[in-house]
Amino acid sequence: MTELLIASIFHQNLALTSFLGICTFLAVSERFETAFGLGLAIIVVQSVTVPINSLIFNGFLLDGAWTWLGLPDVDLSFLKLIAFIGTIAAVVQILEMCLDRYVPVLYRALGIFLPLITVNCAVLGGSLFMVERQYGFAESVVYGFGSGAGWALAIVAFAAIRERLKYSNIPAGLQGLGAAFLVTGLMSLGFTAFARVGL
Amino acid sequence: MGANLDHLIKPLIANNPVTLQILGICSALAVTTSLSTALVMSAALTGVLVLSSATISVIRHHIPNVIRLIVQIVVIASLVVVIDELLQAFAFEISRKLSIFVGLIVTNCLVLGRAEAFAMRNPVWPSVLDGLGNGLGYSLVLIIVGTVRELFGTGALLGYTVLTPAAEGGWFEPFGLMQLAPSGFFVIALLIWAIRSLRVEQVDTPEFAMKRSEVTR
Repeated sequence: MTELLIASIFHQNLALTSFLGICTFLAVSERFETAFGLGLAIIVVQSVTVPINSLIFNGFLLDGAWTWLGLPDVDLSFLKLIAFIGTIAAVVQILEMCLDRYVPVLYRALGIFLPLITVNCAVLGGSLFMVERQYGFAESVVYGFGSGAGWALAIVAFAAIRERLKYSNIPAGLQGLGAAFLVTGLMSLGFTAFARVGL
Repeated sequence: MGANLDHLIKPLIANNPVTLQILGICSALAVTTSLSTALVMSAALTGVLVLSSATISVIRHHIPNVIRLIVQIVVIASLVVVIDELLQAFAFEISRKLSIFVGLIVTNCLVLGRAEAFAMRNPVWPSVLDGLGNGLGYSLVLIIVGTVRELFGTGALLGYTVLTPAAEGGWFEPFGLMQLAPSGFFVIALLIWAIRSLRVEQVDTPEFAMKRSEVTR
C-alpha cells in the first residue's frame, strides 16, 4: 500500500509521467494561489470519485456482476466511460453544494475550479487506470488519494517556478508556452527519478 | 467557399490546436512514443471530432442552453465508446498500446472546445470542416512528435529499421530518453519554438519585458 501511495505521487505522477490534465496544468498555473486551490480540489475529487467508480465498476459493470439476478452473461463494461463521467459530474456537483452549505470559506476559494474538474482528464484517467490495473477497493482508495496528491504537488511546484519565470529573459519564440513545456519536461525528469526509490 | 476553406486550413499551422490554443495536449504527449500509435490516435480523434461537430451542429437549435455541456459530453462519450469498441475489435494490439488514452478522448478539451466554440453556433458543413481542420492540425503535431521520438529513440519508423542501432552492428546509438515521458514535453517545446520563430505573430507577449541594457560611458 505504501509503495502504491509513493508510486502514485511520484514516479507514476498523473500530470508528469502520464500527461493527464496537462491542459489545465498549463492554463491554471499562472498564479501560485489559484494553483494551490485547484490542487486541493483535485485531491478531494480524486479521493472520492476513484473509490466510488471502483464500487460501481465491480458491482454493476464487470463481466458477471449481475449473476445474483440470474443474468450471468451480462457484460456492461463497455459502459464504463459514460458511467464514470456521470459519476464524476455528479460528485463534483454534490461536492459543490455541500461545500457551499457547510464550508463556505473553502467554497469561495475553490468556487470556479470545481466545474472545470468534470472535464479534467486526470480525474477520468485515474478511474480508468484503476480499472486497467485492476485495483481492489482498498487500493483504489489509496490510489485515488495518491494520484490526486501527486497532481496537486506537481501543479503547485510548477506554478511556483512559473511565477519566477515571468522575470527571466527568454528567447522570444520560447516565451510563455514554450518555456512552460520545457520546465514541465525538466520536472518530469525529476519525478521519474523517484522510480528507483523503494520504501 | 473561401471562408469554408479557411475553417479547414487555418487550424493546421496558423491556429494549431496543440501549439497555439493549448487544447488536447494530454493525449498528444502520451501516445507519441511510436509513430503507429500516434497515427491510430490521430485517426480516432479526427473521427470523433468530425462526427461530434456534425452531430452537435445538427441538433444545436434543440439543445437547451442550461444543459448544453451535458448534451455535448453525452454525444462525444457515445462516439468514443463506438470508436473504442471498433479499435478493440479490429486493431487489438494497437488498442492495448493506447491503453486508456482512447477513452480519454471524452475529456479531451479539443473535442469539447470545438463543440462549444464552433459547432454550437455554425451550420453543419462549416462545422464538419472545422472539425476536420482541427483534427488534422492535431494529427500533424502528433505525427511530427511521434516520428522524432520513434526515430531517435529506437532507430526505427513504424517498426522498420531506418538507422541501424549499434547493438545490431550499425552506427546509430539509440537515444533512450526519447522513449521516456520527459522528451514528449521537450519535443513539443522545440516544435513551438520553431513555429514561433517562423511566425512571429504567435509569440506570447512577456508580462515583464526585459529592459535593454544601456551602456553608459
